[in-house]
Amino acid sequence: MSQPADRFYTKEHEWVKIEGQTATVGITDYAQSSLGDIVYVELPAPGAALERGKPLGVVESVKAVSDIYAPLPGTVAEVNAAVEDDPALVNRDPFGEGWLIKVSLTGDASPDGLLDAAAYAEFVRSL
Amino acid sequence: MLTSAAKTALYGAHVSLGAKMSPFGGFLMPIVYTSILDEHKAVRTAAGLFDLSHMGQLVARGPAVAEWLDRLTVNRVAGMREGQARYNIFTNERGGAHDDAILYRFPEDWLIVVNAANTAKMWELLQASKPAQVALENRTPQSALIAIQGPRAAEILAPLCGADLDGLRSYHALRTRLADGAGGVEVEIARTGYTGEDGFEIFLPAGAAPAVWERLLVAGTTHGLRPAGLGARDVLRLEAGMPLYGHELDEDITPLQAGLGWAVRWEKSDFIGKTALAAQKAADDYDRIVGVVMDGKAPARAGYAVHADGRRVGEVRSGSIAPALGGRNIATALVAKAASAPGTRLTIEIRGTEHPATVVPLPFYKRPA
Repeated sequence: MSQPADRFYTKEHEWVKIEGQTATVGITDYAQSSLGDIVYVELPAPGAALERGKPLGVVESVKAVSDIYAPLPGTVAEVNAAVEDDPALVNRDPFGEGWLIKVSLTGDASPDGLLDAAAYAEFVRSL
Repeated sequence: MLTSAAKTALYGAHVSLGAKMSPFGGFLMPIVYTSILDEHKAVRTAAGLFDLSHMGQLVARGPAVAEWLDRLTVNRVAGMREGQARYNIFTNERGGAHDDAILYRFPEDWLIVVNAANTAKMWELLQASKPAQVALENRTPQSALIAIQGPRAAEILAPLCGADLDGLRSYHALRTRLADGAGGVEVEIARTGYTGEDGFEIFLPAGAAPAVWERLLVAGTTHGLRPAGLGARDVLRLEAGMPLYGHELDEDITPLQAGLGWAVRWEKSDFIGKTALAAQKAADDYDRIVGVVMDGKAPARAGYAVHADGRRVGEVRSGSIAPALGGRNIATALVAKAASAPGTRLTIEIRGTEHPATVVPLPFYKRPA
């Protein structure tokens, strides 16, 4: 399972791609594969404040409800209406079209404590 | 629980098919092979193959089996003919359910198939209550159960089996030989299931299970047969309105509350829990299981609170997306009588937000005639 090198990862299996003051957040291929068929996503409204490490929404498969945690602090700038409409998009393209939210970064948005692609791949191998 | 989960005879087959395995009822069972939704679709449109070897297989033999079981259960046992199968519920003194089970009557003995999580409890209960002349055996460890379910199940299974499956009616069973690639094996085949589709359950010796499983998978390839896990099975049974012990039925939920009053034979002279059930029926003020369809996309899950007119009226007992209902979210809920009529508007509390829903008659899904 290859992890794109242009972003950071969490041990809760979110990815975050930082571009200037904006970050895009999704869940990893490992996460979608573990969950199975994703049937529902519940995302915060634009403008909602996100705290690093705190739940921002949920992804639900047929069997399970999983919290999504904010990898970085900020304000929700945009939610992916396409995945709200068709949650299976997260299964089909977790690192691309299946992104969940875009965040306007605020406060300490340094990637300290996040994993790079190699470290995340190592972490997944250890599971 | 610290005891490790046992493996069924088909464990190796599941692993080589890439199944996700999880402990269930004391066994490591396949939850999903590729996709719960794809496996569900295969069962509704073609056929699915299930390993149900975790379920308890208890065999009773002797002259007084029917009279004895009639005392422990709500449905009629004594009237069953050889080759017949019947759904039944073992009740406690309060009318709650020790377990629900299917009883099969064969010429020489009776097979009682119980829920995996209840096998130990039912074994103890039956051992403690049986008359001296009844012999009881727990054959679960040396047995397997393979189910083939779906509209194409009969055409896949028939060529492998020596018996006339066309003549085997729903809720009937027979003993026959089944091809296993090595001279055949003695099995029991029942036209029963837990999916809402036509299908068969095959009881066989554990040692023969891998060969039979493989034969069926190969025979079914051109018919759209797929291995299906317990994840798909739960969606299928919920759509079909079939109760799952621990959800719609338990020691504190009676058959009447579960909507299984049709299985209670009041004309039986006596059975454990009859007095309590009769009182419950007469008072008719009990909480009951209803079907619920959500308005929106958020799935209802077991344990969520149910409200009507701003008051708590019950809780969700099972919930799932229902592919057979166009992807609507369905649930069962145990609710007050006042909130139980079809058409009643409810809200389900999901993570602090109320989501509207409507009470509907069960089952959600009936297979096309």
